[in-house]
Amino acid sequence: MYKIVRKEVLNPSVSLIEVDAPYIAKKAEPGQFIILRVNETGERIPFTIADYDREKGTVTIIFQKVGKTTELLDTLNAGDEILDFVGPLGVASHFENVKRVAVIGGGLGTAIAYPQAKKLHSMGVEVDMINGFRNKDLVIIEDMCKQACTNLYTMTDDGSNGNKGFVTSKLEELIKSGVKYDLVVAIGPLVMMKAVCELTRPYEIKTIVSMNPVMIDGTGMCGGCRVTVGGETKFACVDGPDFDGHLVDFDQAILRSKMFKEKEADSLKQHKCRMEGMQNA
Amino acid sequence: MPNMSLEKVKMPEQAPDVRNKNFEEVSMGYTEEMAIEEAQRCLNCKHKPCMGGCPVNVKIPEFIALVAEGKFEDAYYKIQETSSLPAVCGRVCPQENQCEKYCVRGIKGEAVGIGRIERFVADWFMKNGKASIEKPEPNGKKVAIVGAGPAGLTCAGDLAKLGYKVSVFEAFHTPGGVLMYGIPEFRLPKAIVQKEIDKLKDLGVEINTNMVIGKVLSIDELLNDEGFDAVFVGTGAGLPSFMKIEGESLNGVYSANEFLTRINLMKAYKFPEYDTPINVGKSVVVVGGGNVAMDAARSAKRLGAEHVYIVYRRSEEEMPARREEVHHAKEEGIEFKLLCNPNKINGEDGWVKSVECIEMELGEPDASGRRRPVAKEGSEFNIEADSVVIAIGQTPNPLIKNTTPDLETNKWGCIVAKEETGATSKTGVYAGGDVVTGAATVILAMGAGKTAAQSIDEFLSNK
Repeated sequence: MYKIVRKEVLNPSVSLIEVDAPYIAKKAEPGQFIILRVNETGERIPFTIADYDREKGTVTIIFQKVGKTTELLDTLNAGDEILDFVGPLGVASHFENVKRVAVIGGGLGTAIAYPQAKKLHSMGVEVDMINGFRNKDLVIIEDMCKQACTNLYTMTDDGSNGNKGFVTSKLEELIKSGVKYDLVVAIGPLVMMKAVCELTRPYEIKTIVSMNPVMIDGTGMCGGCRVTVGGETKFACVDGPDFDGHLVDFDQAILRSKMFKEKEADSLKQHKCRMEGMQNA
Repeated sequence: MPNMSLEKVKMPEQAPDVRNKNFEEVSMGYTEEMAIEEAQRCLNCKHKPCMGGCPVNVKIPEFIALVAEGKFEDAYYKIQETSSLPAVCGRVCPQENQCEKYCVRGIKGEAVGIGRIERFVADWFMKNGKASIEKPEPNGKKVAIVGAGPAGLTCAGDLAKLGYKVSVFEAFHTPGGVLMYGIPEFRLPKAIVQKEIDKLKDLGVEINTNMVIGKVLSIDELLNDEGFDAVFVGTGAGLPSFMKIEGESLNGVYSANEFLTRINLMKAYKFPEYDTPINVGKSVVVVGGGNVAMDAARSAKRLGAEHVYIVYRRSEEEMPARREEVHHAKEEGIEFKLLCNPNKINGEDGWVKSVECIEMELGEPDASGRRRPVAKEGSEFNIEADSVVIAIGQTPNPLIKNTTPDLETNKWGCIVAKEETGATSKTGVYAGGDVVTGAATVILAMGAGKTAAQSIDEFLSNK
C-alpha cells in the first residue's frame, strides 16, 4: 500500500497527489512514469511523474478526472492509500548541447512538461515555457512553472486571462521574432503535439513529444502501447515515452487512443450511477 | 493385482457447449475412488522410467502406491519432497511428453494418468490436509529472487526450506508470473495458484510486488546495497513478438500477452465489475499453434465470439500445443485454419476488418526438423475479423540485460546460464526458466529453479 501524504485540488477537474514511495523517489528522473491501481478491481493506468523528493521519499503525480480510475483516485485524500504504485518506468528524458528550449504544455500536459522545464532550467538552459488552457479557471501550477523557466507564457483559448491564443500561435510568434531554439519539448493532447510538430518541422527544430498510450504492465510485456515512429513499431513504455515528434505517426496514435473508448465511457457511467445511488440512499 | 484396464480412468469435465460460455475449470478432477482405481494401474516398476521424464524428479511410483492404499496425505508429502507446486503441475505439465511418455503401461494402451493423480493429491490436500509446515532454522544468508513465476517460486521454496532468508521481487501487483497472467482460469484456477504461493509465504518467503528490477533496483544494487548474498533471475520470456505485417497497429489487434493479461490478471471477463476492458467482437483470428494460441482462442470463445479461428502455417502434426488442449479447443468449437498464414490485416477507420491469409504447403524439413511451410501462390483469401490475436511467441524482456552490463546474453537476448547449475557469467547471479531457454514450459522452468537453488546453496555454503 502506498500512502498519499498530500493532496491539492488544482482546478475543478485536476488534482495533485504526493505519494510515499521511497524506492521510486530514489530513482525517478524527469520523463519517467509510474503505473497505479487504486483498488483490487481497478485498472492499471500510467501517470507521468510530475515531481519527486528523494529526501522525503515521495513521488508527485497530477491527474485530470477523465475516467473511472481518475474519478476514484480523486475520492482519496491525504492519509488514504493506493493499492499499487510501480515505477519508475520508461526512459528518462535526455538533454544535451542545448542553450535555449521551448517547453510547451497543453492542459494537463503542463504538469508533465513541468519537470522537464525544471530539469533544463537547473542545467542553466534558457527555457521559454508556453502553457495553454481552455480558459483561466483551468490554469494549473502557474507559480511552480514560473520557478522552472526563464519566460512563462500562459495562453487561454478564450483569452479570459488576457492572453488569447493557442500554444502554437505563441511559439510561432516567438520563432518569427527571431528566437533560435535548439529544441522544443511538447507535451499535451495528441492533436496539440501534432500541431506543434507541424509548426516546427519547416524550421527544422528538433521536437520531443511524450506519448501516453493505453498500456497494462509498463515493462514491455503487453505491446498495447505500440507507436509507429519513423516507420518502426516502438513500445512507449520501454522505448519512450519521449520520441522525436517529427517521426511519430500521430494519426495512428489518435486512432489507437480510441480503442477502448466505448468501454471506458460505460465504466465511468456505471461508476457515476453507483456513486449517485449511494449519495441518494 | 494391478488394474489391467488399457485406458485411463476418465476425468469428469464440463460439457463443451456449457464450458465454452464460462471461465470455470474445464476438468473437474478425480474423486477418491477414481484416483485409487487409476493408481492401481501403476505396475510400480523397479527402474522407475517415469521419474526420468520428470524435470523435478517427483517420486512417482512411490506417491502413486500411497494413493492406491488411500494414504492421500502421505502421498502429498512424498510429492512435496521434490515439487513445490503440485496442484499446478498436475494441471499444466505436458505429461504426455514427460513422465507418462516413459510409462510402461503406455506400450500397450494408455499410460498411467500420473498428472491426474498428482492433481487429485494436491487438491485433496488443499481441502483436507493439515498445514504442518515447519519453518527451518535460519542460516543467516539472504537470497533475492527476481520474478515470481514458476522458476522463481520453485527456487524460493527450495532455498527457504534450507534456511535462507528469501525475498522475491515481482514487477506485477500479483505474484505467479505466467500462472497468473498467461494461463486462463479455466485451465488453472487462480485461487489454486494463490494457495501454492501462500504456502511459500508460510515457509518464510517474502514477496515484494510492484518492484521492477532493472528500474527501481539493479542486480548490482541487490548484491551491494541491499545485502543479498546471491540473486536468481527468473524473469521469463515476456516480450511479445509481432509478425511485422501491414495492419498490426490497427485497433483490435492484440499480442497474446496483452489479450491474456487483460483477461486473466486484470479479469476483463468480469468487466464492468473489474475496470479493465477488452473488445473481442463476433469473429476472432488467433495466429499461432502453441498452448498460448489455444488459451487465447478458447478465452475469446468464452467472451462471446461466434467464430474463433486458429490460423497456423503448418499442419496439426507440427503444432506445438498439447494434444489435450487442441482436442479441448476443437470440442469447444474453435475453427482450425491449418496450413495458412496471414499476409496482412485489413482495416476500416482504424479498426480490424479482415485478415488476408495465404495457403501453405509443407516442403523440406528446416532447422527445427519440422517441414518448412511454403506459400502457394495465388491462394490468398480473406477471413472477416473484429479482432486478431498474435500468438507467435515471446522473447525475454531486456530490462535486466540492459542494466547489468556484465551479465552475458545470447543473440536472442536470453541470459547465458550453465544448464547443470544455472550459474551465469556474473558471480553470485543465477538464472533459469524462459529467460534462459526462451519460451518453454512451466515444469522446465521449475526444474531450472530447482537446479539453481542447489547451486546457490553450494555456492553460499562454501563462501
